[in-house]
Amino acid sequence: MRFGDLLRFAWQVLGGYRARTALILLAMGIGVAAVVAVSSIGEGARLYVVNQFGSLGTNLIIVLPGRSETAGAMPGVLIGKTPRDLSIDDALALKRSPAILRFAPLIVGAGDVNAGGRVRETPVLGTTAEFIQVRQMDMGQGVFLPPGDPRHSQPVCVIGSKVARELFGTRPALGEWLRIGDRRFRIVGVLARQGQSLGFNTDEIVVVPLAAAQALFNTEALFRILVEAKSREQIPHAKADIEEILRLRHEGERDITAITQDAVLATFDRILRALTLAVGGIAAISLAVAGILIMNVMLIAVTQRRREIGLLKALGATGAQIRAAFFTEAVMLALGGAACGLAVGKLGQLAIGQFFPDIPFTAPWWAVLAAPLTAIVTSVLFTVAPARRAAMLDPVMALSKR
Amino acid sequence: MIRLAGIERIFRVGDEAVHALRGVSLDIAQGEYLSIMGPSGSGKSTLLNILGLLDRPNAGRYELNGRDVTGLTDDELARVRRETIGFVFQFFHLVPRLTAEQNIELPMVLAGIDPAERRRRLDKLLADYGLEDRAGHRPDQLSGGQCQRVAIARAMSMGPTLILADEPTGNLDRHTGQDVMAVLERVHHEGGTVAVVTHDPEIGARAHRRIRLVDGAIAEDFREKE
Repeated sequence: MRFGDLLRFAWQVLGGYRARTALILLAMGIGVAAVVAVSSIGEGARLYVVNQFGSLGTNLIIVLPGRSETAGAMPGVLIGKTPRDLSIDDALALKRSPAILRFAPLIVGAGDVNAGGRVRETPVLGTTAEFIQVRQMDMGQGVFLPPGDPRHSQPVCVIGSKVARELFGTRPALGEWLRIGDRRFRIVGVLARQGQSLGFNTDEIVVVPLAAAQALFNTEALFRILVEAKSREQIPHAKADIEEILRLRHEGERDITAITQDAVLATFDRILRALTLAVGGIAAISLAVAGILIMNVMLIAVTQRRREIGLLKALGATGAQIRAAFFTEAVMLALGGAACGLAVGKLGQLAIGQFFPDIPFTAPWWAVLAAPLTAIVTSVLFTVAPARRAAMLDPVMALSKR
Repeated sequence: MIRLAGIERIFRVGDEAVHALRGVSLDIAQGEYLSIMGPSGSGKSTLLNILGLLDRPNAGRYELNGRDVTGLTDDELARVRRETIGFVFQFFHLVPRLTAEQNIELPMVLAGIDPAERRRRLDKLLADYGLEDRAGHRPDQLSGGQCQRVAIARAMSMGPTLILADEPTGNLDRHTGQDVMAVLERVHHEGGTVAVVTHDPEIGARAHRRIRLVDGAIAEDFREKE
């Protein structure tokens, strides 16, 4: 039997049982569409996180107090014990490393910000002039904190755009004074709108000089130090230098954690990739269900088409030809279902993208490949038994039944 | 052409053994036109199925065109059927979703004959059996006689040397039945061997050789003198 004839024969069968064909296509299509849509949501989330990390700054190394073996496990580090605080002197000592371009020590707290009778509680960041370059943020108006010795501070601050709007409305905020706790600061700059970045909305923060923050929150300890390496290649050297410099300063104890952006990114990447695979896998179960449906339908077909199979055998069809006819039918159903599914999945992905324009929903290549492949493999596997049964049919018995 | 020797066929129905054929020996020469008659359950259809390689005897020897076919595998039998035997059934057994033309084409499709050659043979078969204007019709749009003509054309498409017909007129009225027999006889006149199973004496009498089966054995083997 020629391949073209095999295709035509299967096509005629599919056309001959339209409702049945449509239902299987639907089942297969839903399975494939589910895999594509679900995995593209996962992949979108992953890309979103990757982009967010990219927006943190380039060649970034984050230094935290406390030792953590699992680099990048942010929550664990956040609640981890700190045997020894990081100090401003620790940060300044980093200047010795030739691999480090600049750094910004950081203190984070929350304070009631008071201006012209309005009060708002905001996160307050204490840092130095380098912060804006390390984090690659832009100024909307005015200037960032002035450079100088981080141990001494001027009473100036920079505020996020949302803070400015809420405290001053449409009035210009530059040059105004605001009060945090019992200290007064003059606003020298307003940050450009940037929005959410890793759960931290930079539109809602107030940035004050490091020494001022230390006094405000009554602490010497740094929350962390953001370090920018001179280049991507220098990141490992910078990390080694940081660890060595701080080890020496901390009497030989390795009690800090330096996490590179790459490490954090890789961790998130791994987690989200695994998550995408997992949900994709769950969606793939529906493909297995569709496969079982195909088997069921094929078994019914063997019974329903007994006479036809008997006739084909009487006309000289071999067992292999009968099996080939059934497999061709199954593969055509799977391919058709997969094509419908990919189309619907793509549409679904575009539809979700309309609702969440920030997240780059894209079906990962492996899902686009694996979903149709799974559809074909399951339908072929589940056709083995019915095709065997058909090929073994006794033509005399099959033909005698009216 | 055909030599059957001591053919036995026993069916098991539950615990009971039904002896459908008891030591049937039969020689059929090339170009013979024979009918197989006998009461219900006498083994007519079983004999035809064995002749057509659809069924295997439990004992005995079957030579087709000088070749012992009793030991062949199912797939080898299928190929022999495809090349040398044409079947005509009582209930036509046309594939309902296929047109007359596609039904006739089926054996050639299974044999892997190239489309141009198929087309050539199809056109000839359609013309020979008066089906040109019915080529694109499905079986449910054809009359019983037309269906059987399609079935005969299908049986002839691979140019078989042996045509086996099981009650070919059983589902047709008398007039149409005779029409169909005339078509079958044309095959015989062209040199084909034709065996017809029937319980209609009028149909059976048209054959030149008449075999009567009783209880699975040949009771009568009548040959018309030339």
